[in-house]
Amino acid sequence: MALRAGTGVGFKPQHFTAIQGTAPDLAFFEVHAENYMGAGGAPHAMLTRLRQDYQLSIHGVGLSIGGTHLNSDHLQRLKALCDRYQPDSFSEHLAWSSHGNEFLNDLLPLPYTPQNLDRICDHVDQVQEVLGRRMLLENPATYVTFAESSIPETEFMTRIARRTGCGLLLDVSNVFVSCVNHRTDPLAYLAEFPLDLVDEIHLGGHEEEELPSGPLLIDAHGREVAQPVWALFGHVLDRRGAVATLVEWDNDVPDWATLKAEADRADAMIRERDSHVAA
Amino acid sequence: MLRPDFTTVFRAGLANGTVPAGTSPDLPQEAAQRFAVYRNNVAHSLSQALARRFPVIERLVGSQFFAAMAREFIAAHPPISPVLQEWGGAFPKFLEGFAPVGGLPYLPAVAGLEWARGLAYHAADAVPIAPEDLHRIERPRLHPSVRVLRCNHPAVSIWQANQPGQDGRVSARGHEIALIWRKPDLSVGTMSIPPLQAALIEALLDGATLEAAALVTDPVPVLGLLLRENLICTTGV
Repeated sequence: MALRAGTGVGFKPQHFTAIQGTAPDLAFFEVHAENYMGAGGAPHAMLTRLRQDYQLSIHGVGLSIGGTHLNSDHLQRLKALCDRYQPDSFSEHLAWSSHGNEFLNDLLPLPYTPQNLDRICDHVDQVQEVLGRRMLLENPATYVTFAESSIPETEFMTRIARRTGCGLLLDVSNVFVSCVNHRTDPLAYLAEFPLDLVDEIHLGGHEEEELPSGPLLIDAHGREVAQPVWALFGHVLDRRGAVATLVEWDNDVPDWATLKAEADRADAMIRERDSHVAA
Repeated sequence: MLRPDFTTVFRAGLANGTVPAGTSPDLPQEAAQRFAVYRNNVAHSLSQALARRFPVIERLVGSQFFAAMAREFIAAHPPISPVLQEWGGAFPKFLEGFAPVGGLPYLPAVAGLEWARGLAYHAADAVPIAPEDLHRIERPRLHPSVRVLRCNHPAVSIWQANQPGQDGRVSARGHEIALIWRKPDLSVGTMSIPPLQAALIEALLDGATLEAAALVTDPVPVLGLLLRENLICTTGV
């Protein structure tokens, strides 16, 4: 059970008719788990139809793996969703989004400490046990760092993966956003990232603001992937080889042709590396 | 002494603007601006989620006012589940008591209609009966999406007049009864129905026999609509 090394797109219901009409040559679609937790109706009808023709990645945005505790009701709903659709991949974030009972609807940052490492490993263990499958954990886009952090993010993720057996989802846009924001070198980050554990890549657009010390990039998923991110993606493919890659565009969603053109660009880069490997 | 958990400190900061100690130690002079990205993301994303659930309310009060009102609602009724489509059931009631919209007394009714539409959109699936089987069924089971909403304002007319492309003008006055259902193409239908038809559908929703429900009014027009829209279902899945 894994996504094949090809390109996928984050599914938006407004594209369903265009997808049905054009039968695009894509490897997979990815959906946010929480949008498919209603009882019935259009969301499930569309997802069921897509599932017949494509591989499926279910991507959670609400489990709060970095929080103090996992919401066991929500984890059970995730299990029901995975049992129903048998996705080829399930992924979540290195972040927290709930406090107590309250859901904050954002991927919030946490200090990289041994205590948090232990807690997150417990949570990943719990998720994998309940779902009965290996999950992928995604690196975050961050705007702050914490004095309390004693472990570099790349090492933090490596240790989680080694201890729990989970795979990693490398969001190349998040690498660029975080490194620019923290005035560090994305190539140095990637040099430390365990690419052999990466089973999926994410690419998405960001916005740029200005701070006194330089730019602050915002992971907004509302536009095309930026040129430097494409370059980093090429760099990762050169080192890692072809891998399942998602283009995500969640806000100000464009028409299908525009989104597909982004996916085609990623696909061309993957195929180029694939043919090199084959030759 | 037990130190408050990191997320508790961060959460308090999201609400009151206090940047957690030790944030962005390399660029401390920018810590507040950087932390503010999270404050804005949380407030904005939840407000947007509420606006997606209540688009006509947003249009009626304007997006800026809606965002400010959403902040008050979120503080009083934060989502308790990551499944945001299930959040907002308290919004109609909140609007009733929210003084700044006291001059728009129809808002709670319109919000109730939008909430019911969302429930219908996500309601469980059910298998419709074939029209020729209707005579064999004693107690028709209606599709789980079907709802009858008695509004103390012309909520249906207001809702219809504020759909994209409509000019918002409403001539209807007084009460309206809304029928909300999921259509065969899985979109949600909303229409105003006369009181006797509403009573008949409510009787069926309560589990009445077709015979008993037919005492309310001539059932032919209602049954025609229900059959056409695949709303009479078998008891199985």
